[in-house]
Amino acid sequence: MKETEIQDELASIRNLMERSSKFISLSGLSGILAGVYALIGAAIAFSLLNYNQVSFTQGDTHFVVSSSTVLSLIGTAMAVLILSVLTGIILSARKAKRKGQSIWSKTSRELLFYMAVPLIAGGLLVIILVLRGYYGIVAPATLIFYGLALVSASHFTFNGIKSLGLCELILGLISAYLPGYGLYFWAIGFGILHIIYGSVMYLKYDR
Amino acid sequence: MKIPFDKLDKAFENRLRLQIMSVLVANSRYDFNSLKELLGVTDGNLASHLKGLEKEEYILVNKSFLGRKPNTNYEATAKGKKAFADHLDALEQLIKSSKS
Repeated sequence: MKETEIQDELASIRNLMERSSKFISLSGLSGILAGVYALIGAAIAFSLLNYNQVSFTQGDTHFVVSSSTVLSLIGTAMAVLILSVLTGIILSARKAKRKGQSIWSKTSRELLFYMAVPLIAGGLLVIILVLRGYYGIVAPATLIFYGLALVSASHFTFNGIKSLGLCELILGLISAYLPGYGLYFWAIGFGILHIIYGSVMYLKYDR
Repeated sequence: MKIPFDKLDKAFENRLRLQIMSVLVANSRYDFNSLKELLGVTDGNLASHLKGLEKEEYILVNKSFLGRKPNTNYEATAKGKKAFADHLDALEQLIKSSKS
């Protein structure tokens, strides 16, 4: 056995150990796009609230807004969510195909499961609290649960996801302390942080 | 210069066996179909090498059913993990000794 052969063998072992336990086809570009969608969504929400003369910087967590405004806000948020998820699936599938991996594999299923648990629990909690009128909970709770979801999913993909999750978590806690600025924290957490981490991942892994 | 070839595990001479073992060491368990997809090998080839590793008592086999579909899971035994680590150490030694 020659030295290069052994090096080859070791490299293939390392590669397999990583590929078997991590889903590495997550697309960085989709992170950037999700961030852009979120910023556009935040801008729309901002103008909706402004148009309705709601001052959401005065620290009052109980806005008085018409139900049509609430519906448009929920619609905007849903559109951002659906567009982001679709972009993520399409771009990750493309990247997986290029790398000769399957997008529906043991690791991607595991990634989805560990991400879904905190997301669904948090999503339901937010819906329940909103129905009871606690609008102020939306920004901090979504950021915190999204952060938890990323941290718990990070074992099955790139390490960068863990730091992104921790940043979202911290941001969520700060925003809980500063009620009334939810939209700004949302724009930072879902917009700017996604763009930063998407760019880092794109430069590091996508090319 | 004596090169310690004798420390290399005979059970891992085949590349596929070593690859199977690295997957099972990195994950607590792995099922047959996922292994097949990951390694890109045929059913028969994979099955025969899994049998070989099972014979050495390096892996454990768990057969169960998911609905009506048979689902076979594999996991590395303590003996298998140790053999794998020793084999890697031996490979490392080989590289070191050939460099000096």
